[in-house]
Amino acid sequence: MDTWTFGWTLALIGMGGTMLVLWLLSLLILLIKKIFPHQPEPSAAKKG
Amino acid sequence: MESALVNGIQGLFLGVVNLGMGQMIMIALACLLLYLGIKKGYEPLLLVPIGFGAILVNIPEANMMGEEGFLRFFYDAGVRTEIFPLLIFIGIGAMTDFQPLLQNPKIILLGAAGQFGIFITLLLALALGFDKLDAVAVAVIGACDGPTAIYVSSKFAPHMLGAVSVAAYSYMSLVPLIQPPIMRALTTEKERQIVMGAAKLDPISKTTRIVFPIAVTIFASILAPKGAPLIGTVMLGNLLRESGVVERLKSASENEIANIVTLLLGLCIGATMEADKFLKAQTLLVLLLGFIAISLDTAVGIMFGKAMCALTGGKINPLIGAAGISAFPMSARVVQAEGQKYNKKSYLLMHAMSANAGGQIGSVIAAAVMLSVLQGMGIVGG
Repeated sequence: MDTWTFGWTLALIGMGGTMLVLWLLSLLILLIKKIFPHQPEPSAAKKG
Repeated sequence: MESALVNGIQGLFLGVVNLGMGQMIMIALACLLLYLGIKKGYEPLLLVPIGFGAILVNIPEANMMGEEGFLRFFYDAGVRTEIFPLLIFIGIGAMTDFQPLLQNPKIILLGAAGQFGIFITLLLALALGFDKLDAVAVAVIGACDGPTAIYVSSKFAPHMLGAVSVAAYSYMSLVPLIQPPIMRALTTEKERQIVMGAAKLDPISKTTRIVFPIAVTIFASILAPKGAPLIGTVMLGNLLRESGVVERLKSASENEIANIVTLLLGLCIGATMEADKFLKAQTLLVLLLGFIAISLDTAVGIMFGKAMCALTGGKINPLIGAAGISAFPMSARVVQAEGQKYNKKSYLLMHAMSANAGGQIGSVIAAAVMLSVLQGMGIVGG
């Protein structure tokens, strides 16, 4: 493989791949947050 | 008897006799690194052992990196095997709070844009005549992430480890000087004054914080398997932190292990700076390209911030794009300071911290993607 084919392939797939993986990670984070939402701890008064 | 006496005296002065100009220059350079680390406070944890290692390896006849040299022992054990940077990653994971990112996951895209300098620099390095894998090692300086640069460099271009590491850590410590002029050049005063709403600080459940490192490891490692060691070690450290049940391991990872490995890694990097290997025109090119890489990261991050600003009708201050690099939390602080210069009511820190945490993951993912693409192209073995 010649140098420029190598360079452009790695650059384009690298940039696109990094963007894609991080975008998917952002969706994954949203999904995890949805599955495990924060639940406020019961107040001391309720605990009695 | 006379000849024994002469030989003995010669042995005593062997070092002086064999001290070459290159070694003297390297010892002076090593002293400069020590000065920058000790007096100026530029990444002293790394620059002090690197500088000292560089002195040791350039002492004539001491043969520190020879077959039985003590620096060779550490180098073979920790750098050739790639263990040292990975152990550092566990410490980084244990020290990093990804909560700002979990609160604002879309900002992670700025962490991707902040890595584009890597790939543009790769093309520049190839244009300047670097070999393919050497160009990859140089470009990774743009990850603005010392352990990633060391990991990739020790894997593909160990002869350039010294130059790449010194460039990576030097420029990381110079982020407060490198970024502001680029921020000012690429944004209008009006854009710099944009006040972003108070960061929406959704409380994040403990379960989310625990599941995050596990899910990221599985998901990202399957997508980019060659990067699994990088992703896995950062996330292992973060799991130790968030699980809350292994305080001793977390503490050891971010203190004892990180400290010991930082010392040995620094010495080993210094040990690669032998005069005949370091004093080349190529080293100057590596330093230049490293600077370009980090500048490009900043520029692309800001341009991406500008695009987000336009798409959201001016709700995002493009300056936070500059924090999409891995220098955490230094870059976020630079963004906050720069925003405050133009609008005292602007508090960008939390938004910039999200981008900065995204940059930390982004640098590891960019390296992982790069390694996997290289494997796919058959440039490196499986």
